[in-house]
Amino acid sequence: MKEQKTAHEILQDPDFKKLSGQKNSISIVLTIIELIMYFGFVSLIAFNKPFLAQKFSEGGAITVGIPMAIGVIMLSWVLTGIYVRWANTKYDALVKRVKDKIGG
Amino acid sequence: MHETTIGQVHSLSIIFFILFVLGTLGITYWAAKRTRTTKEFYAAGRSITGFQNGLALAGDYMSAASFLGIAGLVATSGYDGLIYSVGWLVGWPIVTFLIAEPLRNLGKYTFADVVAFRLNQRPIRAAAASGSLITVLFYLIAQMVGAGTLIKLMFGLPYESALVTVGILMIAYVLFGGMLATTWVQIIKAVLLLGGATVLVIMTLYQFGFSYGELFKQAVTTYGDKFLEPGGLVTNPVDAISLGLALMFGTAGLPHILMRFYTVPDAKEARKSVFYATGFIGYFYILTVTIGFGAAILVGQKLIKSIDAGGNMAAPLLAEVLGGSAFLGFLAAVAFATILAVVAGLTLAGASALSHDLYVGVIRRGVANEKEEVKVAKTATIALGILAILLGIVFKGQNVAFMVGLAFAVACSANFPALVMSIMWKKFTTAGAVASIYTGLSLATILILFSPTVWVDIIHKDAKTAVMTEVKQIEENAKSRIAELEALKAMDTTKVVAVDTEMLLIKEKTDAEVKEAKSKMPEAIFPLKNPAIISMLAAFLVGIIFSLLRPEKSAEQKFEEEKLRSYVGIGAE
Repeated sequence: MKEQKTAHEILQDPDFKKLSGQKNSISIVLTIIELIMYFGFVSLIAFNKPFLAQKFSEGGAITVGIPMAIGVIMLSWVLTGIYVRWANTKYDALVKRVKDKIGG
Repeated sequence: MHETTIGQVHSLSIIFFILFVLGTLGITYWAAKRTRTTKEFYAAGRSITGFQNGLALAGDYMSAASFLGIAGLVATSGYDGLIYSVGWLVGWPIVTFLIAEPLRNLGKYTFADVVAFRLNQRPIRAAAASGSLITVLFYLIAQMVGAGTLIKLMFGLPYESALVTVGILMIAYVLFGGMLATTWVQIIKAVLLLGGATVLVIMTLYQFGFSYGELFKQAVTTYGDKFLEPGGLVTNPVDAISLGLALMFGTAGLPHILMRFYTVPDAKEARKSVFYATGFIGYFYILTVTIGFGAAILVGQKLIKSIDAGGNMAAPLLAEVLGGSAFLGFLAAVAFATILAVVAGLTLAGASALSHDLYVGVIRRGVANEKEEVKVAKTATIALGILAILLGIVFKGQNVAFMVGLAFAVACSANFPALVMSIMWKKFTTAGAVASIYTGLSLATILILFSPTVWVDIIHKDAKTAVMTEVKQIEENAKSRIAELEALKAMDTTKVVAVDTEMLLIKEKTDAEVKEAKSKMPEAIFPLKNPAIISMLAAFLVGIIFSLLRPEKSAEQKFEEEKLRSYVGIGAE
């Protein structure tokens, strides 16, 4: 094992700062997108029912509200996918770098 | 209308069910040899892969109530059922972005480990265990009552026998096989449920030439345009937002879900497992909604409602129409398996709050050996299992739907704020955490008691019914009087003016009477059906205020260590 660094020293390391900064931004941005998406949908139901009740296509029965609801479900999954993909590639590489540095 | 055999004992469903029980008991026997230490009992030795845990999380979360209930809601109220199903998924991304990895890196077995990481152990453990136990107990009661009712509907087995069967099996899984057996029960259940629902959807879509356009066209032909439009589910926007908050952040505060993240080896697997779980659960809700629409068309609302007014039998009835009694039997057995997997997960989470947090953390002040802790955890499992059976019997025939709402409200108000602040906020203190948890817990519970769901619909049920009957009576009287006058008008045209004045008077009088009758309607003390918007915000606020008022040097100093471990995983167990 290399020299022992204190937690305080590691936290000052530019690599750690980059890692925690990036992780915080991506987590918060994705959380906000999810909130806007879901509560936007709920607001439409509460304030603009006629919009959701429109027919999606001429002559069809499907209303705009149906693909929208399914869309919220699918996009939620896509967002978790984006996060996991980012974390598996970028984040884990940064973690490895910090770990190598402290010999942990 | 076709004949149904629902409610009769099916030899096929019994065979399927016995196969499931034998299989899972076999797994429990295998797991028992690997369930000796605390790490094995609470966390399956951290041997579960991300994919397996994804399935198990889905199996832990997708309850029979949501499968049968949402399919029923869609079949009976159309689009509103779809709205409802969306809410059950949106908490999962939040778990992914904010909770899964820090939770895995910082804790050992329960989410209280994380909250207590740099704070004063005993008060935190006591508070967090209270939050966990209340969440688990209400969720468990709702599941048990639902289980008894559903099994009675499907198999014709008496309510009490159904509860005892469910209770004994769940105790057996958890007691002997711990988390390892529970995990595999949940995985098998998830595969059966997803597989069964997929087959049912394929059979449904086959009837419509695999075209959703055609399916919806027929739905509109039978039930009108309104069926695919948002209806009466969301009337009060504040209430809708409050329910949304509870579902979204409550998912991130459910002890039995959070506990599952300790079964994987590291944070990377934890994050992968939420991705898989979100995919499975989202897919499941899309299937369930399709099944609901299919049942409305192919079975018909009339028959669905005649068997169960709430529509709970929509999916089994559809299975019977499309796949005969063999498929119905299979699906009934799957519903039974579904119930078992969920209650086993809940029992294990409750038992660990009792043993790991309350007994070891509070009573023994953190000092207890492995053997002792496992023994206490096993005793707690038996006690909780028996309590669940008894509570299920006590609440037989009661309206327990609000209890799941309460569990989510407590989870998002008592558990989630403390967990998030302990991970993210350096100045968070013991006083802040304890105040936040108890505020969220008591506010959520009290406000639900005072809400329209409990105060009006349950506590003042008789008064409400009396008012409704009176209003109906007044309106009917007026209606028949007006009909008489109309007839008179048609017979004698000279009296048109006099009759019209008379009718106007009657209408005015009726309106006044209805208004007076309605004034006797019991009113909820708290206007919202779900308290999350108040109780969760209050929990955050109180946590912040108390932390600022009572700073804690040691907690602040330990934050750097926590941060390092939370992000990088150094020192994680």
